[in-house]
Amino acid sequence: MHELSVVTSIVKIVQQEVHKIKGRKALELYLEIGKLSGVEMDSFYFVWPQCIDGSALSDAKLFIEEPAGKARCAECETEFHIDKSFDSCPNCNSPFKEIIAGKELKIKKIIIK
Amino acid sequence: MCTTCGCSSDENEVRFTKIGDKQSHSHSHSHSHLGHFHHHDHEDHHHECHHDHDHDHDDHDHPHDHHHDHHHGHSHEINIVQLEKDILYKNQLTAERNRGFFEALNIFSINMVSSPGSGKTSLLERTISDLKDKMAFSVIEGDQQTTNDADRIHKLNVPVIQINTGKGCHLDSEMISRAVKELKPVPDSILMIENVGNLVCPAMFDLGELQRVVIISVTEGEDKPLKYPDMFYGSQICIINKIDLLPYLKFDLEKLKEYAKKVNPHLTFFEVSTTSGEGLQAWYDYLAQSIKQ
Repeated sequence: MHELSVVTSIVKIVQQEVHKIKGRKALELYLEIGKLSGVEMDSFYFVWPQCIDGSALSDAKLFIEEPAGKARCAECETEFHIDKSFDSCPNCNSPFKEIIAGKELKIKKIIIK
Repeated sequence: MCTTCGCSSDENEVRFTKIGDKQSHSHSHSHSHLGHFHHHDHEDHHHECHHDHDHDHDDHDHPHDHHHDHHHGHSHEINIVQLEKDILYKNQLTAERNRGFFEALNIFSINMVSSPGSGKTSLLERTISDLKDKMAFSVIEGDQQTTNDADRIHKLNVPVIQINTGKGCHLDSEMISRAVKELKPVPDSILMIENVGNLVCPAMFDLGELQRVVIISVTEGEDKPLKYPDMFYGSQICIINKIDLLPYLKFDLEKLKEYAKKVNPHLTFFEVSTTSGEGLQAWYDYLAQSIKQ
């Protein structure tokens, strides 16, 4: 249930940003949570309401982008889609690769009033 | 209240116990102060808690219901903050600081992760008792409850601190930073951090270790690396423990290695038995090499 740590980190960061510009609350929040980030979205949504309750995010609209997994083969440089972090290269079958997308865990943008 | 993780009720706060000092103190894990969803006060928290508890929500029933579209010239200023910030940046920042400290003092810090029962603590005990005359050790034990593991290590007369995470499922870099300040590991030593037994959550939290070691015992399934890829992906070393039991099990060691290599082709393997001592020498050589400058 590390999603709780993730959500509480989000709440903390957003509250800091709101206070930094002396805003009142966050209206919209744009996140990027990659498919390979290790965050279960079901668990994320489960803890979300409890974590934002009474905070500057309590009314915030949540927009989450979930980039798919993408890797570049270290042997033949093919770029390919991956569902699991251990998918091998479809071209040469090598397991050596660099994951170039899908691991994102980011706050992109906050709209603050 | 966090019904699953339950990380922040009073009885679940993170607790640090330095064994031998007989003093135990606790502090709330930083994330427990967040979100204002816990209404109890932590009267003694004096560590970072930057947010202002007084920010007011008392104007919820503002008479003029402003629509949230972005009209210009609206009486309330709308700010767009392009943050582009990593959600776990704070953990990463502290992890990097920890790592800098370890590198500067040549403290070889190892984050040991595995499922419960794979033999982490036994491996630690055996390693330390076999090597403690040759090199200096210190240990951080992470468990949800009890100081049992730290008590076992304390019997070997090495500095040890127990972190009880309450219902928390993993250690984080802030806990390590704090534990290290109390533990005061000496230069040119080995710091073993035994993470909470859990193959999922600790994978996401860099502690600032120099190496992450995943331990799997042959009484587990060969396909564990495929089932819990993040942990194997994020580790550099894989210790396969309890190999003395192989004759009694239908366990395909090569298959395990094949699966683990599929997830992380860079993994280095050590096949050991903490009970019989088989294979431990290679592990010991590796440790000795790691603090040689």
